[in-house]
Amino acid sequence: MAELSFASLSKRFDGAPAPALDAISASVASGEFVALLGPSGCGKTTLLRLIAGFERPTAGSLTLGGRVMADATRFVPPEAREIGIVFQSYALWPHMTVAGNVAYPLEVRRLPRAERAARVAEALELTGLTPYADRMPAQLSGGQRQRVALARCLVFEPRAMLLDEPLANLDLALRASMQDVFRMFHRRTGATMVYVTHDQGEALALADRIAVMDAGRIRQFAAPETLYREPADCFVAGFVGDGGVVSLRLGAPSGPGRRQATLLGQEVTVRSDSATPTHACIRPEDITLSDTAPLRGRVLGCAYLGGRFRLTIEAAGETLVAFSARRARPGEVLGLRIAEPWAFHDREGTVLMDRARAHA
Amino acid sequence: MSLRPLTADGSRSLDRLLPLLLLPVALISLGPVARLMLEGIGFGRGLTTAHLTAVLARPSTLEALSHSLITAGGGTLISIAIGASFAFLVALTDVRAKAALVFCLMVPMMIPPQITALAWMQVTGPSSVMLKLVGLAPPLGTPQPLHSPGGIILLLGIQHASIVFLTLRAGLRMIPADLVEAARMSGAGPVRVWAQVVLPLSLPALIAGGSMAFVTALGNFGIPAMLGIPARYATLPTLIYQRLVGMGPGVLPEVAVLSLVIGAVAILGVLAGRLVLSRGGHGLSGLSSAPLALSLCRWRPAVEIALWAFIAAILALPLLALLATSLIPAYGVPLSVDTATLKAWHQALFVQPVTRRAYVNSLFLATAAAAVLMAVCLPLAWLTSRRPTRATRILDALVDLPYALPGVVLSIACILAFMRLPFTGLSLYGTIWIILLAYLARFLVVMLRPIQSSLAQLDPSMEEAAASVGASLGRRLRTIVLPLAAPSAAAGAILVFLTAVNELTVSALLWASGTETLGVVIFNLEDSGETVMASALAMSIVCLIVALMAAVQAGARHLPKGVIPWQS
Repeated sequence: MAELSFASLSKRFDGAPAPALDAISASVASGEFVALLGPSGCGKTTLLRLIAGFERPTAGSLTLGGRVMADATRFVPPEAREIGIVFQSYALWPHMTVAGNVAYPLEVRRLPRAERAARVAEALELTGLTPYADRMPAQLSGGQRQRVALARCLVFEPRAMLLDEPLANLDLALRASMQDVFRMFHRRTGATMVYVTHDQGEALALADRIAVMDAGRIRQFAAPETLYREPADCFVAGFVGDGGVVSLRLGAPSGPGRRQATLLGQEVTVRSDSATPTHACIRPEDITLSDTAPLRGRVLGCAYLGGRFRLTIEAAGETLVAFSARRARPGEVLGLRIAEPWAFHDREGTVLMDRARAHA
Repeated sequence: MSLRPLTADGSRSLDRLLPLLLLPVALISLGPVARLMLEGIGFGRGLTTAHLTAVLARPSTLEALSHSLITAGGGTLISIAIGASFAFLVALTDVRAKAALVFCLMVPMMIPPQITALAWMQVTGPSSVMLKLVGLAPPLGTPQPLHSPGGIILLLGIQHASIVFLTLRAGLRMIPADLVEAARMSGAGPVRVWAQVVLPLSLPALIAGGSMAFVTALGNFGIPAMLGIPARYATLPTLIYQRLVGMGPGVLPEVAVLSLVIGAVAILGVLAGRLVLSRGGHGLSGLSSAPLALSLCRWRPAVEIALWAFIAAILALPLLALLATSLIPAYGVPLSVDTATLKAWHQALFVQPVTRRAYVNSLFLATAAAAVLMAVCLPLAWLTSRRPTRATRILDALVDLPYALPGVVLSIACILAFMRLPFTGLSLYGTIWIILLAYLARFLVVMLRPIQSSLAQLDPSMEEAAASVGASLGRRLRTIVLPLAAPSAAAGAILVFLTAVNELTVSALLWASGTETLGVVIFNLEDSGETVMASALAMSIVCLIVALMAAVQAGARHLPKGVIPWQS
């Protein structure tokens, strides 16, 4: 396993008006499970393909385990990087059996036959594919193909593993069980994993840290709970998790990491690490419904989530989301109490917010 | 547990070496054509337009040109009539046994034109064994009716009908079924739907198919040679042939100009077709997957009978006549149970040294061309689709040229290019190698396109997955690309083999004693009056071709779409 790091990594495709990746700098610790999350076209797949070596960066450098994989002068081709990748389409070779697919990386490395057989058996065992060793890929279900792709990747113990929207082609029930497989797999191998997805649920559930990407840049790179509780800007606030983003007027500091602010016409204490927060992200958990609260909101819609209701509420010209134990009629007026939402500084503000909303 | 470290050098050097393949491919496929262009303006003897003006001013040139245009034009009209009727009926209606119909309509295209001509000559005329058999033969002394412009036009039309059929059917498949359904919901009957919806939308494909049929007919040598030369009716390809055979290599500059003329007309035809196709975008959108099946109702049996009767007339009839002729002991003897003999077959296949030599030559040429082209086209197709550069794009656009140009043009070009190999004293003229080189140039696209289309359908992540687990480029090509592209490469090889075995036009000008091909021998046998043996030889070739086509058909399920020409 190895540490993966990018320094000012950029990629511009011929004829494209904007760069696909715009000076990305970040690093992934050895054994870490990182998700690249973003709307389609944000550059997450380009970053993955740069790591794999299928594309050359236009500028910047990429290092794996301290060795430069690509920079202005050097380029290590994909076959010499020892990085495994699981494709969205699985890319199983249709002319080889399951065992043939899994054995291929070892044949390339000219491993002795006995050791090869043992390691293939081990990889098939780990992924629960032993009974299917002699099947052709065409005879497998989607979930089984996914596991063959995984086994083919883990069998040669790559220094890092890349997963390109691996669950996008599976149905909902299978996605949940494959998430368990990935988690188990990561625990057992301790591999450095980079996981590309546009599904925030997958990213929040699986990753140690998530890089939220937009327009070729990383907006925020943090643990899932941090992204949710303390988004860095309007894009992240809108793209990850539920809720509303409102602008605020700043008041006095009121303790470590706390400030007074006016939002939605109310005096509210906000959490913030910025000296000049401009917006607040109000998660459904931050709102308590109370008949006595001074802030009044009108119910726009009500959806049952199982166990609770999700209400969209218009209050002081903004749209908020709250959870409720009882059903509410559209048009009903409720009282809202807002408790310590997260506030952050974002100059681009509402523009970004709209973009995130459009994708989310 | 540690794995052996991987080295990247092999892969990277191969990545650098592979583009070098473009050079010999360009030299062999485009070099001769470029050389021919230069010859027209007096390359090597100072620039001059003397040849050009001298040849163009000669009445025989203009006469042959007008004959070429008349026969190719008339043939195209017949091709359009046949091909379009079949395409509309097969693609739009619910006639049964479509696959069999299509296969039978394709056979004439695959049969060498001189065999087509020979077979038809056995149907008509005073010596027709078949007509004698049923007592309908015209009296001796009446001229063979096919030895005429009309005969050439008719046979060119039949020979190339499948080109129109294939292009038009491909176009018809692009028409979304819901357009037709919408028209029917608006109250239009089948005839109105065809005339007002289907026909306007498929017109570009029809015109493109017609232009391809025209260009192919223009370059056809076998039919005008067999039917036109006895009638002293010369087209440009037969004029070139007669000049060169009669006068020898001394007339090369002159025939080079003639072949440039026919090449120019052909290119105009190709360009016109492309223009129409590119302009013809009505912006069709929607699901085209559901094939149209307008019900013919009670007319269906009648239509089916008509279609099969037509197939019988253009395919079964001439082949039966050919078979009948091949079974008589000598030309003029009527066929009966008593006279029927396999003597000519035995003679042609086992005794005559020239036919055996021709079989060996043709099979060698076809096999060698197929094998070399397969070896070249796999990496070439991979280069053009996975590592496109300006060089590959230019080459990709130009490799159609040797195939689209009439065969005589290419053979003249090859004579000029390989008569004296540059920088050596060697000449390839008169050896079998010049024919092989010409075949390589001509049939490159026949092999390249199917492999390209199968690579285009091959998910690039198949190769990327192999690269990510450490496989070098050479290994990826060998273990991933090759097995997955193999079915289409095999189909391409069989197509090359089929077309090369059939080939007459190119070899007619390039052969010498000892390097005869099957096409040449059939032509020469017929020319010297050995019609019975020519028929036996021709019939054996037809059997070989139909067997090969059936082999491709049998493997059709394993091939990507668009590889088999008659199943596009």
